[in-house]
Formats: sequence, C-alpha cells, structure tokens
Amino acid sequence: MADPRIVIVGAGPAGTRAAEALVAAGLRPTVIDEGRYSGGQIYRRQPPNFTRRPEALYGTEAAKARAIHSAFDQLAGRIDYRPETLAWAVKDNTLHIQKNMRIEALDYDALLIASGATDRVIPLPGWTFPGCYSLGAAQITLKMQACAIGSRVVFLGTGPLLYLVAWQYLKAGCAPLAVLDTSRMADHLAGLPLMASRPEQLLKGARLVSGLRRAGVAIWRGILPREVLGDPDRGVAGIRFTDANGQDRQIDCNAIGMGYHLRAESQLADLAGCEFAFDPLLRQWLPHVDDAGRSSVANVYLAGDGVRILGADAAETSGRLAAMALLTDFGRAQPRFAMDRLRRLMQRHKRFAQGIAKAFPWPWQQMATMPRTTVVCRCEAITVDELCSAVETCQAPEVNRAKAFSRVGMGRCQGRFCGQASQEIVAFAQQASVESSGRLRGQAPVKPLPIGVCEEVGHG
Amino acid sequence: MAETRGAADIIIIGGGIVGCSAAFFLRRRNLSVILLERYLVGQQASGTNFGNVRRQGRHLTQLPLANRSRAIWAQIPSLTGSDVEFMPVGHVRFLWSEEQIAVVEDYARQASHYGLELHILSQREIRERFPFVGPEAVAGSWSPHDGHANPRLVAPAFARAAAKLGAAIHENCAASAIEKTGEDFIVTTPTGQFRAPLVLIASGAWGGGLAEQLAEPVPIEVAGPQMGVTEPAPYFIHPVVGVSTKIPGEVAYLRQIPRGNIIFGGVHRRPAALDERRAKYDPAGLMAQFRQILRLAPTLRHLRLIRTWSGVEGYIGDDRPIMGASEKTSGLYYAFGFCGYGFQLGPGVGDVMAELIATGKTETPIDEYHVNRFTLQPAARLQVSAAH
Repeated sequence: MADPRIVIVGAGPAGTRAAEALVAAGLRPTVIDEGRYSGGQIYRRQPPNFTRRPEALYGTEAAKARAIHSAFDQLAGRIDYRPETLAWAVKDNTLHIQKNMRIEALDYDALLIASGATDRVIPLPGWTFPGCYSLGAAQITLKMQACAIGSRVVFLGTGPLLYLVAWQYLKAGCAPLAVLDTSRMADHLAGLPLMASRPEQLLKGARLVSGLRRAGVAIWRGILPREVLGDPDRGVAGIRFTDANGQDRQIDCNAIGMGYHLRAESQLADLAGCEFAFDPLLRQWLPHVDDAGRSSVANVYLAGDGVRILGADAAETSGRLAAMALLTDFGRAQPRFAMDRLRRLMQRHKRFAQGIAKAFPWPWQQMATMPRTTVVCRCEAITVDELCSAVETCQAPEVNRAKAFSRVGMGRCQGRFCGQASQEIVAFAQQASVESSGRLRGQAPVKPLPIGVCEEVGHG
Repeated sequence: MAETRGAADIIIIGGGIVGCSAAFFLRRRNLSVILLERYLVGQQASGTNFGNVRRQGRHLTQLPLANRSRAIWAQIPSLTGSDVEFMPVGHVRFLWSEEQIAVVEDYARQASHYGLELHILSQREIRERFPFVGPEAVAGSWSPHDGHANPRLVAPAFARAAAKLGAAIHENCAASAIEKTGEDFIVTTPTGQFRAPLVLIASGAWGGGLAEQLAEPVPIEVAGPQMGVTEPAPYFIHPVVGVSTKIPGEVAYLRQIPRGNIIFGGVHRRPAALDERRAKYDPAGLMAQFRQILRLAPTLRHLRLIRTWSGVEGYIGDDRPIMGASEKTSGLYYAFGFCGYGFQLGPGVGDVMAELIATGKTETPIDEYHVNRFTLQPAARLQVSAAH
C-alpha cells in the first residue's frame, strides 16, 4: 500500500509517540484529540494565560511532560492534528468524528486507538452530593481552571493517583485534610516484589507519601468508606468511615476527591469490534492485544492506558510499539532489536502494574455490603436496590440484561463510570463470579452528540 | 441418540414477544409448554424496536388482529404482574404534503369500518395540540387510543408469567434441527433434545432458516432498525409521533418517556447478519435521521444523542408476516417475520396462535398470512410476477 491512511485517536503519551514513529517513517497520520492541547490527561497542558511551571504542575514528571509536549509540537505540519474533536463512533473502517457543530467521517486503512483512561469509581451513600468529585476531575480543575475542588478537601480511594493528586493539591497551596486509602499495609507488602521491577517509581511513590506526612496530611490506610455526609442542596459536609481498627470515624470537609485507580477507556475499541478478555487480577474486561498492540481486528491497534492501566511511561512505550507493529503490517519492516527492546520494556511495566494492582487492590467487597439505597448509576439515579431487583426479580444473569431491566448504565456516561461497580453488584446479587456478570457493551456515541450537528451544510 | 431433555405438548422456538406471549396463552389453555430461546428472551427484534403500540397505518385487513392485540395491551399488568410502561397516549402522524391529506382521509374512512378511530387534524389544530410540531407539517392524523411501551420489558414479562404458569423456558438454548419422527417432533439443541407433538416457530428473522429446513421456504430479508435516544429533557412530547408519507426516506418516528428521554428511529434500515448475535447501528445514517426528526420537532436540535442501537428483524418479501399452520407438516405452526411492525401485534399473535393451536381455529382472520402463499402453485405465482 502506498501511503496508508492512518488515524490515531488520542494525543497523550501513547498517541504522541505513535504519531512520532509514523512521521519518522514518512507517513502523515491524522491525530484526533478530545483535548484542546496535546498531552492527554496526565500531561494536560494549561491554557495560554496560565503560568504555573511544569515543575509545580507535574512534580517529578515535569521533564517527561516537557519531552512529550515538545515531541508533539515538533510534529506540527507533518500530521493532520484535530484538537477538541470527539471520535464518537467507528464502523466499517470509518471513524466518525465531531468538532463543535460539525461532523466528519474519516475512512482509514489503519486505526490506532490511544484513548487513555478514566477514574474507576465505587458508589458510596452521598457520593452524588455537590462537592464530591473523581480524582481525575480534581486534577483537571487544578490544571485547567487553577481551582481546587474545595477549601477543606479529603481524598478517598486507592491507587497511586490518590497520593499524586493529594500531593498536587499540597503543592498548589491547598493541603488536603486527609488521604483515606482502602488498601492496607499488608497489600502494599504483597505488591512490593513486583513493584520492585521499577525501583525508581517505587521510590517516587514513597517520597510522595512522606512529603504528604511531613506537611501534616493525615494518611489513613485500610479504611472502609461508609458515607459522604451532607445533603443534595448544600453539598458535602464530611466523610464517615471505619478505620483499620474497626473504629467509626468522621472528618468534616467540604469536598471529596475519590477514585480507585483507573479504568481503560475502551469503548471505541469495543465499537471497532475488538475482542475483550477478563483480567482476574484487575477484575476488568480489557481489549485483547498481542505483545505489540495488535487487536483482534486486523487493522486496529491499541496503545496506552486504553488497553490496560500501565501508566504514562508504558503508554509512551506501547504507542511507539503499536506504531511499529502497524508499519510492519503495512510492509515497512521495523528493526527487530528495537521492537524487542520495547517489548521487554512493556513486560517490566506489566510486572510493575501487577504489583500496583496487588498493593492497591480494587476493594470490590465494598459492593457486597453497600446499603441498598445507594445510588449506583448517577445519570439515571438507579439504586443498588433497583439493580439487585432486576437480577433477583426479573432474572437478569448479566449486566446488559440488568441494564435493560433497571436502566443502570443507560445515561449520558453510557456506563463508563457505573459499569464496573454494576458488574460487581450483579455478581453479588446472584452469588456468581464477576466474570460471569459480563461487561456493558459499548454503543455509539462514545460521548453525547448534539443533534444540531446535522444542520451544518454539506455533512452526513 | 442424545437423551431427551424434556417433553411437552408443544415446543415453541423463539423467545420474543410472540413466542413468550404464545407460551403464556397456551399455558392458560392448559397445554404443557417448552420454550427454547437462542440467547435471552426478548433480546432481538422484540427488545430493540421503537416501542410503538400503533394501529393507524396498518394494512386494513390486519386491523382485527391489531385490535385484538390492543385489547391485551391494556391488560398486560393484570395478566403478567409486570408493568411494561404501556402508555395509551395516542399516536399522531404529521403530513408534509397536501396530496397526502386525501390519502389519509381515505384510510381513516376505511379504517373506521374496522373500529379504528382516526381524526384528521388541520394545520391549525395540530399546532394547538402539539406545539412542538415543525413548520412544514400541513395536517395530522390522530389515533387517540394507540400509544407506546417499553420493548425491553414486554417479552421477559410474558416469559416470567408463562414460567409461573408452568412453562419451561430454556434460554441460551438454540434449536439447530427439527425433525418429525412418527407423532412427535424432535428438536435438537446443543444441550440435548426436546420432544413434543406440536411445534411453533416464533423465531423472528431466524424463522426463515427453520421454515426452509422444514421444506417451506419463504423470502425473508434480515435487517436491523436504526434506533437512538436522547438525553432527558422536560416531558413535553406526550403522544407517539410519526409521519404519513410515500417517501421512504421521510419515515421517521419519535416518542418521549415521562423520564424525559426521546427515543427515535426510522428513515432507513440496514442489513443485519444472523450469526453476529447483535445487529450494529450504522452511524453513517445518523445525520439523515437527525434531519427527519427535527422536521417533526425542531426544538430537539438543542438535545444530545446518548445512545444508538439496532436489532435483528425479519422482513418477508410481501411485507406480511407468516402466521398459521404448516402446509406440509401436521402439528407444525408458524408465527414469524413481522416486518418491523410486530411489537404492537405481538401479544395478540401469541393469543391467536394459542387459540388456533388449542382449538384448531381462530376467530381472527389470518388466512392471508399463511405460509402457502409462497409454497402453493409456484408456477402460477411466477407468471404473475413476470407480468409486472
């Protein structure tokens, strides 16, 4: 094939390195970016009138952020860059995109999806009150709007991002009151051997935690969240939880950032027809890829956290690797040693991520004891009770059926935020494995699409 | 030979709205029932359609069946113990051309002989009654006793009610072969065989393949409706809204549920595959759909689409379903191929088939749906089609 038409979705670390590798091979890929500037979520850039230095924004990762930004900027003119553009559907080798009130259908020979991740959340009584945010949202307000989510903030959940965001708030002059981590010291120890595959990362993490402690941020481990205090009108007033010793505790605060690590944003891969497999350690359904990022669909390649959560460094590696696999498949052989080196790097990242998964386990047991009045699907305001009734009374053995009967996951977010908790709850309700409760199927559009787009002349 | 997993008076193949309601009504007539469903009940055309409980616009000769079904719709909560969100809020069709008014007036006159009440509304009247209507509409056709329901709930509700009455419902149990040996049919599935002297094929788009296996092939096209739903908005569109037109690309419809979401479909359908399990929505047609629904209610331009879907439907060549006893095999019955309009008919078809199977006859005319219209005198039919 002369010059294949290649579309990359995502301009974070994976998309950037993929584009770079394709440009180096003399191709001109189209890069679709939902953001206004490249960098993705982790290396999100500030608007032009904001002036915080990368060191203050990204901390230890400042050099990497600079490198990714500059790598992308150097591609200017050699790629077809589409910022602020949503890839909302894919079918029959066509990617459907939308920018403002214009839509377009891009035919491709190869599609490389580097769609990143979103927060992995677990419902909690009161989590729908104003003032309760996801960790990712708490970061976006800081980086894009120079705002904190509140003046007295508590971060809740588990995973490296929990500590990173807390540290970023500290650095921004808004020291959090507390970090409430559901993982226990014993979990951290269990994860250590695998995490030791990247000692520098491990050390960075330890520094974050000690930095928070020195600044007087209370760190609680092994907690069980009970409820967000407050009300729907005035918002968050506090958080109630059980500590590691079984003591009931309460912290008054006016904002909560919560998240339990991340989930792969895999909806586009799903729409492209990629096969998924269940990962028992992460308890997530993930698109299946080979060791270079080839999906089960011949011309669809996947890279970065949209495949599995391996972090920003692995995203760069996998983006480069997937682009090289793509080039190989299109008859432009790549140096084998270079690909092998990237594959080995990926293995290291995977070992480390397994360590992280053990050190900060997804506390799925919470879903078993959650009060039945808890709202699980925020868009549709569906409670645990309504979901369980769909399973118990209407005989829904898996989550798509439970969705059909209860409306869970039917709202604007399309189950991207409630889907994983719903799977756990469906599994509990029928005393079955979470694997058997399935995963919510993706349906276009990936994100809400304005109907008014059809009025733009010359499209559709 | 594989062991027999179960035996009953009748095996129903297909767990859509027709198969499940037939199971229910057959149990009420004291026949023992086994229902075999390839996936989960109500998952294909029955669960993915628009949800229209519409009589206006049907072939006139289909109205007795539609009326019988409409009467059952009102009783579904008491029959099944489930709320299927049936709302008899009326059904309006807007007209885009003056010429179409005479067509609709003529239809209304004839439909009244079948007991269907239709009102032709002037341009002024539709603006008063339906302030959301687009400026192009010149008139409307109003059917006050039609409405809509939630398709995801209906077939499963009948299945649960049938099971409560003793029907054996087997999900994830596809019938791969049907044979008649002596008095009984043997139906083969991956998990074993089932035996019964009677079989009802109610497997929608899959019915074509089974009928062919039983030497009664019918022309069937497999297609998927193109459906979408918006984010919620204040509840302001109460009736089901459609179009009366001769131009296929203008056929669009929408309805709003009290929760606020607006469900829409129409304009085109796309080919679907039987082995894919799920028909996929084709995003390439979305803009054409958007334009047609904005003609119906322009203010929708301010809303966002949140989800699209499709399903697997069977369309018979002459746009009429296959219903009735087999021509060739005694004890075999068909009720499939409802051409994209089976949702409203479903409960009535189940009831009629139960009556026909249990008593040998039905008071509702269904002769024109007999499978023999494709299998009798093929030479004569070929001459007819060649003359056209």
